[in-house]
Amino acid sequence: MREKILTFIEKNSRIDLKELAIVLGVDEAAVMNELEAMEQENIICGYHTLINWDKAGVEKVSALIEVRVTPQRGMGFDKVAERIYNYPEVNAVYLISGSYDLLVTIEGKTLREVSQFVSDKLSTLESVLSTQTNFILKKYKDHGTVMTEKTIDERIQMIP
Amino acid sequence: MRDPLSKTIVTIQPSGIRKFFDIVSEMQDAISLGVGEPDFDTPWHIRDEGIFSLEKGRTFYTSNSGLKELKIEVTKYLERHYGLHYDYERETFITVGGSEAIDIALRAMLDPGDEVLIPQPSYVSYLPCTILANGTPVVINLKAENEFRLTAEELEAAITPKTKILIMPFPNNPTGAIMERKDLEAVAEIVKKNDLYVISDEIYSALTYTEEPHVSIASLPGMRERTIVINGFSKSHAMTGWRLGYACGPELILTQMLKIHQYAIMCAPTTSQYAAVAALRSGDEDVENMRQEYNGRRRYLLHRFREMGLECFEPFGAFYMFPCIKEFGMTSEEFATELLNAEKVAVVPGTAFGDCGEGFLRISYAYSLNSLKEAMDRIERFITKKREAASHGKA
Repeated sequence: MREKILTFIEKNSRIDLKELAIVLGVDEAAVMNELEAMEQENIICGYHTLINWDKAGVEKVSALIEVRVTPQRGMGFDKVAERIYNYPEVNAVYLISGSYDLLVTIEGKTLREVSQFVSDKLSTLESVLSTQTNFILKKYKDHGTVMTEKTIDERIQMIP
Repeated sequence: MRDPLSKTIVTIQPSGIRKFFDIVSEMQDAISLGVGEPDFDTPWHIRDEGIFSLEKGRTFYTSNSGLKELKIEVTKYLERHYGLHYDYERETFITVGGSEAIDIALRAMLDPGDEVLIPQPSYVSYLPCTILANGTPVVINLKAENEFRLTAEELEAAITPKTKILIMPFPNNPTGAIMERKDLEAVAEIVKKNDLYVISDEIYSALTYTEEPHVSIASLPGMRERTIVINGFSKSHAMTGWRLGYACGPELILTQMLKIHQYAIMCAPTTSQYAAVAALRSGDEDVENMRQEYNGRRRYLLHRFREMGLECFEPFGAFYMFPCIKEFGMTSEEFATELLNAEKVAVVPGTAFGDCGEGFLRISYAYSLNSLKEAMDRIERFITKKREAASHGKA
């Protein structure tokens, strides 16, 4: 049942409990218990909204920063990752296989703000060897959702 | 001038509810629940395969019976899902949608005067295609109390010495009814006893919501040699516009069907055939995901109907509900027209699918849950007003 619930709410977190139970064909109380349990267990880590800020007319700049670091003895990459993810400007931090170690995504109001964060905060961390900043120019698809115009239903309205 | 028209064609009525369809198509902002095709786009990897075939310049005819790879995949698919075994060379061929297969199966099997049993409510093409093939259609009116399944008794009562073919339209459009194994076994006995043939239109076979998946009547003992199985990609893989289906059955019949196909059609669209190979090789998961999605909507609609006290049996197939509106004392068309005008929700009157659809509506759930919610709210408001008006009238 957990997987069914998660698969559904991953795409539609706003559905109310009663409707979710109906759609999944399970008991409402059971769904509520599972949701609560999964929140407790940190399986469900939050409920967010996917926003196309460009359309909202709000200036935002996002960047993907490739970071090479020196892992620390006994702590591996976790310690330095923690030092990075604690900054509120940081959206996501991933440990990556390949030519660099951490992928950090950052959101700021201006190009300058983001660059400043990288030069002042990120690059100066002791274990950071190098950074490469890639600014996002356009978001086509995010979280499995295409960010362009809503498609209209082109089907003929009545088909036997 | 001489009459340019055939006497047969002029006897065939255009769809009786065309007037209603026209009104709907003129109304711009209506929520339509009238569409008989999936709301999903064809999965991308399938479209991509079609595009790739165009890039490669694969724009020629295929053999009349279709691409060999596709025929092989079709037989594997039928074996994997329904335990059916067909030879891909002699017992399988690719058609332009299930519709073509229905037409040519009837044309290959009928002589003037042969009777074809057509359970209704059902898809609109069986009856005219029977007439065009010089057969005589005999309608079996299915009943709500049987959840619109065909019973052995109903079948037996309709058989005459002239009966040759039984159409089996399950999972059913418009009712959503299915035939489970036990139902099919009872029907198969009568079919064999009376030496009938079956044209089994299984286009919705991938969309059933019971524990046991769809059962094909051709998989029952002694039925393979007297059944033409018709299926396709439109509903299962959301590929309606690609116009691709197939027919499987005994070589004796298929050979003759292929003759008609060869002269009338040549071959099914090549691009679509290449895309369909991908659909069958790696599309099972897509189908399952869509089925799960439909199933959630089906549960939701059933719940809403129960809540608003609208009588409706639980349908286990396709993507349709068939609620009963007899309590309102209106015809299906009157109800649908009034609902459209009052609340801008378009549904199909049950009578579009046979006279016995009177008193019912076909509601498609090939729509997002949000659209369905809005539509249900409107329908609920509509019938609440109707009921209030009726109770005032009495008082």
